[in-house]
Amino acid sequence: MSDTKEQVKQFILEQFLPGAEPDELTDTTPLISGGILDSLATMKLVTFIEQTFGITVQAHEADEDNLGTLRDIERLIRSKR
Amino acid sequence: MPAADVQHLLETTALRSPERIAVTEPDRGEVRYAELNRLSGLLRDYLRHVGVGPNDRVGFFLPKSIDSIVSIYGILKAGATYVPVDPGAPTTRNAYIFANCGVRAVIVHGHFANQLRAELTSLNANPVFIVVPESEEALVLRDVLEALRERTGFIATSTHCSRPDDLAYILYTSGSTGKPKGVMLTHRNALSFLDWCTETFQLTEQDRCSSHAPLHFDLSILDIHLPIKHGASIVLIDEKTGKDAARMAPLIARHQITTWYSAPSILALLAQYGALDQHDYSALRQILFAGEVFPVKHLRALQRLLPRPRYYNLYGPTETNVCTYHEIPKPIPEDRTQPYPIGRCCSHLECMVVDEQGMPAARGAEGELVVRGPGVTQGYWNLPEQNAKAFLTDARGNLWYRTGDLVNEDADGNYIYLGRRDRMVKKRGYRIELGEIEACLYQHPEVEETGVIAVPDEEYGIRIKAFVSSRGEKRLSIVALKAFCAGRLPNYMVPDLFVFHPHLPRTSTDKIDYQALKAL
Repeated sequence: MSDTKEQVKQFILEQFLPGAEPDELTDTTPLISGGILDSLATMKLVTFIEQTFGITVQAHEADEDNLGTLRDIERLIRSKR
Repeated sequence: MPAADVQHLLETTALRSPERIAVTEPDRGEVRYAELNRLSGLLRDYLRHVGVGPNDRVGFFLPKSIDSIVSIYGILKAGATYVPVDPGAPTTRNAYIFANCGVRAVIVHGHFANQLRAELTSLNANPVFIVVPESEEALVLRDVLEALRERTGFIATSTHCSRPDDLAYILYTSGSTGKPKGVMLTHRNALSFLDWCTETFQLTEQDRCSSHAPLHFDLSILDIHLPIKHGASIVLIDEKTGKDAARMAPLIARHQITTWYSAPSILALLAQYGALDQHDYSALRQILFAGEVFPVKHLRALQRLLPRPRYYNLYGPTETNVCTYHEIPKPIPEDRTQPYPIGRCCSHLECMVVDEQGMPAARGAEGELVVRGPGVTQGYWNLPEQNAKAFLTDARGNLWYRTGDLVNEDADGNYIYLGRRDRMVKKRGYRIELGEIEACLYQHPEVEETGVIAVPDEEYGIRIKAFVSSRGEKRLSIVALKAFCAGRLPNYMVPDLFVFHPHLPRTSTDKIDYQALKAL
């Protein structure tokens, strides 16, 4: 897993999946439709991404398409750097 | 003249109908009213002899038996307050209860006596012991009392006249702090409730009433004292038989029981496993149930097997005894799935529905049911903080007991039970019924037990925490459980946290112990 993905994965595990085995969370695990991120958690994640990677995520971008899986998130971050 | 206290119910009936059978212990013995009156009088005299005075507490730790009925009335006749405990509970718990309310004496079955004495000593409690030796026969307490009279020569006294607000009994229930709390109940509480029972169930001396509930449950107030008030017969169902449909079903028929009262789960058990069509229940004229929701599917099945009796749904916490009731219509429509209402307020009480601020809710709106009247407890034994929390004061300064149950009133004026107030939470404005999340988790094939609670959180307001024990050896995946819930529940109801335990803690009534979960 790339560095970017790994950092985001760690954040999600710590904040929203305490007690889970790390390998439960894969590249394609559905984060929003799978009940891991609710609206508040999504906002927290966006703040983390913005602060860690120095990018800006627009409100309309904080959705299933861009944040639905770790793979989607990595793609979003890459597109903004 | 009607009895002014509970003990005079027996005195009056014994004068009127000394030869009628008061209590039957199936296959072991029976006692007539005159003898029950005499024996409870003997106990009264001995209790006074050992220093029990008016308003002292006296406990008893006995299996359901004629001896336990003698104990109840002997204690009351001495002007004292009876404190029953669950004979199936750990002795440590029962000792805690006796020490908590400072019993002056305790009547205890031989099997438990030594351990009870040790436990009480460690709690610095030293009540007088009256030990009832183990025996295959009934009425062992009679031999004990007659031997005591031989030895000590205690004198005959007369039955105490209690005042309406004197305590008749203290019933201990699960406390939210984990320790049992004692609900104080007065003679007024008992008699006002029994008067409502008389008006509603029309008992006569021809009735034969089952005593299924344990004597520390408030159902026993109806089971024991109502028949005695009317000169009817009590048929005791012992603890073992009470769980065994194959033994209970024939017993109900054989003893021609006319009035049955129990939790719905027992009735469902009888309907499924009692082979009810094999026995003659022509004497059974009324079936009362309380304590939990009766799934309509099972109630309908029971009504089909036993179409003749009248069926009543009774509702009320220990603190008020029965406060609402509803007669079940006949027949139950085939397509009905909705549980029946808890019904209307009993005639001796007043009920009201209040909102979160404790103000009367709009008609038909949901809110907490609160109750006031002569049937309502004065409070818990020695728990001033709990007492303050349990009551609310209205604009006129009246005190109402908060049941902690959410209800609303339907178009017919019946209350519908919606759930426990503390099992319904708000998260970001959404209403969440914690039981609904549990129901969802139970659908997962690997989930054995689950308990879901809400924990306050500085950042998130509240977090939903689900405790799960799994069926097999396999460690369950949190991600998979979240996905499972997300596929069935709105997003905001997916638990935030999952914690795994091999077994979840349970209360003495075998429900999930949410207080224990909160402490984990």
